[in-house]
Amino acid sequence: MENTSNYAGVKETEKKRKAIENALIYAGLALWAILVIFPFYWMILTSFKSYASYNAEYVPRFLALPPTFNNFLNVFTTISLGKYLVNTVIYTVLTTALLLIIAILSAFAFARLNFKGRDLLFTLFLSLMMIPNELVIITNFVTVTDLGMRNTFLGLILPSAASVFYIYLLKENFAAIPDELYWAAKVDGTKDMRYLMKVMVPMCRPTVITIIILKVIECWNSYVWPRLITDDPAYFLVSNGIQELRENGMGRENIPAMMAAVVVISLPLIVLFLVFRKKIMAGVARGGTKG
Amino acid sequence: MEDNNKKAWLYLLPAVLFLGVFMVYPLVDVLIYSFEEGFDFASQSYYGTGLYNFSYVLHDPYFLRAVQNTFIIVVITVPLSTFLALMISLGLSRITKLRELFQTIFFLPYVTNTLAVGLVFMILFKKTAYTDGLVNMVIKLFGANAIDFIDGPYWAKMFVMCFYTVWVVLPFKVLLLTSAIASVGDIYYNAARVDGTPPGRMFRRITLPMISPTVFYLVITGFIGAFKAYSDEVAIFGTDLNSAGMNTIVGYVYDMLYGTGGGFPSFASAAAILLFAIIMTITCINLLVSRKHVHY
Repeated sequence: MENTSNYAGVKETEKKRKAIENALIYAGLALWAILVIFPFYWMILTSFKSYASYNAEYVPRFLALPPTFNNFLNVFTTISLGKYLVNTVIYTVLTTALLLIIAILSAFAFARLNFKGRDLLFTLFLSLMMIPNELVIITNFVTVTDLGMRNTFLGLILPSAASVFYIYLLKENFAAIPDELYWAAKVDGTKDMRYLMKVMVPMCRPTVITIIILKVIECWNSYVWPRLITDDPAYFLVSNGIQELRENGMGRENIPAMMAAVVVISLPLIVLFLVFRKKIMAGVARGGTKG
Repeated sequence: MEDNNKKAWLYLLPAVLFLGVFMVYPLVDVLIYSFEEGFDFASQSYYGTGLYNFSYVLHDPYFLRAVQNTFIIVVITVPLSTFLALMISLGLSRITKLRELFQTIFFLPYVTNTLAVGLVFMILFKKTAYTDGLVNMVIKLFGANAIDFIDGPYWAKMFVMCFYTVWVVLPFKVLLLTSAIASVGDIYYNAARVDGTPPGRMFRRITLPMISPTVFYLVITGFIGAFKAYSDEVAIFGTDLNSAGMNTIVGYVYDMLYGTGGGFPSFASAAAILLFAIIMTITCINLLVSRKHVHY
């Protein structure tokens, strides 16, 4: 009898311990969640405050009453945020497309075609992965300037159009497709290019999507190269636009308007993320572990 | 496979062309630049070769400041972010309710434009004539004096910098560690449970060894990333990092190349090569250490 009550007691303390542990875990996770969410809350909140009411608040208030949409009108009329957004979309789409074409073609050559010096060339490619961008950007800056491609989309896009890492990622995937498929297609008289686009690329869709996701995020956030290569606001991307706004534009004084611009810039990727959440997180995890 | 030399090179042409022009040639060129003394950008001429550029950079107080800042950022943020990410991932692996919600929230900083969100951090921490800012309001609640985190004392600026860096790098680490922890098979834990192993021991003997490759991968890439810190600094303190006293090595390279103090590709090249040497050394040390401790 005594034994069973003791067992119940042990079970009871174990249950209590578990409950306390769970409470601590949830508290810790909630704390970090608040620290992550808060800046987003603050930027949305501030973007709805009017210029006058923001400056009148010595102690910032947690609600914007009454909310105003003027800041959002402002960022599209007094500064050309719309133009920066269009530029960034053009830059992102073209860079990603060009990168994919180059990566697919060369991954196909490495994975499927037999040619002299293949292994040597592939090793050379891989060794390039170690080179940090900071080391080559100096000469690229000079090259692009000499070619007269400053303040053009070509100058923005070309230097980041080829990436060894993505070629490697695709090549590994292509190489896993059985040879028999290729020979079967050959027997049927299928051209290499058609086989590549109709069989290999669709079979490796997850990898292609991973590459697109990683490159789009990278393009949307890219700041350093666009800053070096553009000084004409007509070719600014969002990162440069927001920096310019902060240092010379109205954002210096008009913080609510600046926050409205930040909201507009952040929204597209966040919406995209919330819609394709699973795919994006899986893609980043894949791209990460293979690096 | 049959031989198809010509066809293969045709497929490879774009990649070879782009990598050649924008990676291989610059690699050689940056070395040449770094040894050309007194290079003049306008006339494309120089008056000598030697190590002067390196010596200039190493004696430049701005560069030394940048090195100091970069090392502080590395030493604080890499261990801190890895540890925090480990704690968060372990927490996530223990719960089932709200797990997806937490994971989604934690990943948000990864998909935001860091330059834009940096401005929000600046506003939260900044003290102006109109307002002390939100963070200072909280500090004053605890009875302390308001501090200007953006234009104030060095340690305050460094605090904001490190906080923001951790905030930015954490999503990626949490994501990788969460999937690594999830991939540890239940059989190990069940076997340990049968033996009555306490939870702390289970973590040290099962979880940690099983996820050690991911942890070391994150440490190595974390070091590399932190040494290349730059745009997060610009996001908080603006482009004139030298006058803010918050420049980094990469920032120094770009300032030498372009902008108000720019036009010195030789000095920029020398600084970039020094940075590369530092990163290579640290990475090699990391790899040597990981060989001893990582269980593959």
